[in-house]
Amino acid sequence: MGGMGSVYRARDLHFPSVVKLVAVKEMINRASDPLVRKTIVQNFEREANILATLNHLSIPRIYDYFSEGNRSYLVLEFIHGKDLEAIISETGGFLTEERVLVWAIELCDVLSFLHTHKPDPIIFRDMKPSNVMVNPTDHIILVDFGIAKPFQVGQKGTMIGTEGYSPPEQYRGEAGPLADIYALGATIHHALSRRDPRLEPPFSFGERPLRKINPAISAELEAVINSALQYNPDDRFHSAEAMKEALLAAGRKTGILNRTSGATASVQSSVGIKPLWVFQCEDEVRGAPLYHNGAVYIGSYDNNLYSLNAADGKLNWKYATDGGVVTRPAAFEGDIFIGSEDQRLHVISARTGKVNWTYYTEGRVHSSPRIAEGHVFFGSDDQHIHAVNLLSGRAAWRFETAAPVRSTPFVAHDTVFAGSENGDFYCVDFRGEMKWHYKAKMAVTSSPCEADGVVYFGSLDSSFYALDARAGWVIWRFRMGKGSIASPYTAEGLVFIGSADGNIYAIDAHTSKEVWRFKTEHQVSSSPVVYKDALYCGSADGNIYCLEARTGRLRWKFATKGPITGSPLVYDDIVYIGSTDHFLYTLLA
Amino acid sequence: MKSFFDRLRGKKTKPLAALANVNTFPLSGEQLGMVSIRSSRVEPQQLISGCGQSIGKQREHNEDCLFAFSATTGGEANSAPLGLFIVADGMGGHQYGEVASSAAVRTMANYLLKRFHTYLINPSEGMEEPLQEMMRAAITEAQRAVTQAAPGSGTTLTAALVLGQQMTIGHVGDSRAYALRMDGRVEVLTRDHSLVKRLEELGQISSEESAAHPQRNVLYRALGQGEVLEPDIFTTPFPQPGYLLLCSDGLWSVLPDDNLCNLVIAAPNLHSACQDLIAAANDSGGPDNISAVLVQLIG
Repeated sequence: MGGMGSVYRARDLHFPSVVKLVAVKEMINRASDPLVRKTIVQNFEREANILATLNHLSIPRIYDYFSEGNRSYLVLEFIHGKDLEAIISETGGFLTEERVLVWAIELCDVLSFLHTHKPDPIIFRDMKPSNVMVNPTDHIILVDFGIAKPFQVGQKGTMIGTEGYSPPEQYRGEAGPLADIYALGATIHHALSRRDPRLEPPFSFGERPLRKINPAISAELEAVINSALQYNPDDRFHSAEAMKEALLAAGRKTGILNRTSGATASVQSSVGIKPLWVFQCEDEVRGAPLYHNGAVYIGSYDNNLYSLNAADGKLNWKYATDGGVVTRPAAFEGDIFIGSEDQRLHVISARTGKVNWTYYTEGRVHSSPRIAEGHVFFGSDDQHIHAVNLLSGRAAWRFETAAPVRSTPFVAHDTVFAGSENGDFYCVDFRGEMKWHYKAKMAVTSSPCEADGVVYFGSLDSSFYALDARAGWVIWRFRMGKGSIASPYTAEGLVFIGSADGNIYAIDAHTSKEVWRFKTEHQVSSSPVVYKDALYCGSADGNIYCLEARTGRLRWKFATKGPITGSPLVYDDIVYIGSTDHFLYTLLA
Repeated sequence: MKSFFDRLRGKKTKPLAALANVNTFPLSGEQLGMVSIRSSRVEPQQLISGCGQSIGKQREHNEDCLFAFSATTGGEANSAPLGLFIVADGMGGHQYGEVASSAAVRTMANYLLKRFHTYLINPSEGMEEPLQEMMRAAITEAQRAVTQAAPGSGTTLTAALVLGQQMTIGHVGDSRAYALRMDGRVEVLTRDHSLVKRLEELGQISSEESAAHPQRNVLYRALGQGEVLEPDIFTTPFPQPGYLLLCSDGLWSVLPDDNLCNLVIAAPNLHSACQDLIAAANDSGGPDNISAVLVQLIG
């Protein structure tokens, strides 16, 4: 592109007895106007002359230069090693702060050398990872000086390539020492965050705070990089030397340069958060609670459904089924509906706790009842989705699937959506006839939800799916680290989902881009809930987390004594969550 | 759906009591046309479109390229209308711009229509590949084609793949996709990948300043430029009732949003709406090539 040619690895024949490798850089003069061509060659030779005089450990030696026809050549020191861009992309996880900090200090050092060059400062102009070589002893060398610049024929005012690393003023044609500082900040940001700025809108580093992407980074280093990346040149460090000092200070403060301690970020503890009340069941609580008319309903593996006074947690009544209750109750006109592993759907009077009627399936019920349009919909291990008439208690229809249905049906626009344990995902109309079906590669235990004509669900196949609700086409799919049995939640254009990889993800519903992820210490099979601007979700690490819904920033967490697999309920500024430690907790949102 | 169960249970839905003493006044012929088109049921559901293109008044070449395709299959219970609409605005000089834009459009159309060939013949056959991934792959193909056909040049690309009620949009550069609503609301669906727009987003310059900015044609993302390309890809419901408008900057840079919508709503059909848009842009000086594709989902 432009006027750049190739870099050759060559042997210098002036020294026939030794193998001395040199790099030869070829630049092609594409200008058609002879006068312009001449100027380009003159500029090249002038800059080559300057560079040949530079003597710094981090700058390659220039041995020779010459022009031939429309080509110019530069003969320079051959650098062993890899460029930083390759290192970033080849490294599996994040580069360590220590390594990047040392490189950054060396880069400041060489920039400072260039900027204070006499008689005229030298502006590098093109600081980016691919122009930084890391040699086998882990020191950096700056390559590809702006010497090639004159060969890039300017195009007709319509286009510039995405630089990603350049500061705003460089787009106006102003490039001083502070431009190099910005680009250095951008380079370090890329190295630490693994987010390639060329793939992001220009000048958007502020939208990608380093420590949110890579929490292992110290706040001190982040602050230095943020200063370098200031939009206005005046707000940045005033010299590379000043930035180097700041980096050194950060390194000393975090102890990285003293090599005394690994700076592991301390996590906010849950000390100080007291539940409003707790209620102890006789076995694990794996389901989710329901709030209805001043009472909280929760099922437990001890076979009971409990009705508790929402104000103080006092027991109103308990109702015993003949199997574990792992589902979320539903309420309709004074009745509470709950599925049990005793294969039945129980309908209980909310007031008295006495059973009104039950409905038998031929398998355990792990799917929660969904009430809509005069019917209750739920799945069963008997490989059916059941639609039961609320008035008669009789089946309106049963839809046969090829595997147990543990996913809770979602009902919208005359259709019922549910997944099954062999990966089939169904869209069934109100007559119980299939409209479409999609096959994921593994079980869909996740309960779907629908918004704006798109239905969302996760699968054990590690994918999170967005399907056209009317026809079942896959609109997008999002790869998680592991499978998911959790259910998604949608709010304000975002979809939230927990995964067995330990993360809670926030995905943009339109673009399928990850907006943020929050790493818990164990699998997340709890389904997130958004209330006001916060997201609540449990994790098998025993914590209930409260995160900022827009950013994923941790507000607080509360530790229970057992893994949390159930989902929270937030009602009237109170969070209700059950844990496998047998307790139902109530916390202030 | 409630009524469906009511029918199952044998209930009757009560007819609404007629509203007495409601003032009415006659609709104009135009209004009547609009209302009656909307209320008469169209079967099967289909995508209709109109296009317009002009070299403008100040350019010697047309470097824009547009593409409009739609297919309807009637009779199959499960068939949804399919449409592919693309606008590309090439640049690079030496006539390379038109090579770039047409290479991008033809490559993308070829890639996507091949994928949908089976669906068109047999709509009940499922499609495994996510639509957004198809769109991404098509843009990658187009990028490759542009780099090969016209090295050093570039082109914008704004494409809408409409399937049923959802449209998946792929976008690079500063051509635009608009959702126009019947009530005059105008929504720009895409984000210009232009330097001034970015400065405007950052609050560095005002929208008036950006309209007059000397570098307003400078893009930071375009097909054919650079090895890494990150297109914007998203899926959103088709504006209904309303229109989807794809256009190059030759249209939107001279016509305010309100005018766009008013011209479209006032026109008797999509073809004349497009011609009216082009004429209006040329009346405003026609500084650049103008392309417009207007799409409506009816039924």
